[in-house]
Amino acid sequence: MSPLQLCLLLSSLLFCVGLVGALARSNTILVLLGVELMLNAANINFIAFWRYGPNPAAGTGVLFVLFAIAVAAAEAAVGLALVIAVYRHQKNIRLQEANRLKG
Amino acid sequence: MNLALILISVLILGSAAVALALRNLIHSALLFVGCWAGIAAFYLWAGAEFVAFAQVLIYVGAVSMVVLFAVLLTRQSDAAEPMNPDSFSRFMRALVAGGGVAGILVGAILGTPMDVSTAGPAPTLTVKEIGGQLMGPHAAALLIVGLLLTVALLGAVVIAAVDRPEKSEDAS
Repeated sequence: MSPLQLCLLLSSLLFCVGLVGALARSNTILVLLGVELMLNAANINFIAFWRYGPNPAAGTGVLFVLFAIAVAAAEAAVGLALVIAVYRHQKNIRLQEANRLKG
Repeated sequence: MNLALILISVLILGSAAVALALRNLIHSALLFVGCWAGIAAFYLWAGAEFVAFAQVLIYVGAVSMVVLFAVLLTRQSDAAEPMNPDSFSRFMRALVAGGGVAGILVGAILGTPMDVSTAGPAPTLTVKEIGGQLMGPHAAALLIVGLLLTVALLGAVVIAAVDRPEKSEDAS
């Protein structure tokens, strides 16, 4: 098995762990962290294809990963601020109980 | 070479799976730090040093702190009823969905012939080259990302800020 296939298997399994976590847990913070895991899996794919691709000198994969990390950081900040806002309104962060648009 | 990759994979997947299965949120957040550090180790293994250090700075340093703050600010008091255990059927359905996706992806990866040049040495991309590319062809994207970060962090502060007292009096 080539190293590229191992990298792709790693990123696929990490994506699925994040997917199961995001679907199965009802805690909002853990769902957000599951989504972050899926983003990280996508970054691993970019790096793997940059490393074993035909033209690694271009560096496109590295630059894309840098931008993706920046966007993921912004997403985490806004998501956790939303978690705090929801907690202030209803005093818990279970997703099933966050079903009102106006608190 | 492959042994190091397998060890890193076991570290990443194990800490991620245990973190998403735990009940204690603080333990989960600390295990996620280990998972992100493992991903940084993968980037180092693949030869992308700059991305590895960016991952350490942003995820292991910043995002984990934000997550810990959110966990501590939204902690239930001990007197509150403990969180209901997630329903078993929902977990099974999530497991079926994730397992299906995993089966499809793994089958596709293993069934695809990949005749890439795996024997070549690790490509080297110096920080100078990355900086040149960021300032040259990708300057517009860099500016947009800076604007996006500014707007997103200001929005996060506005969303998480405490309501003014007169507003709550109006609401009541």
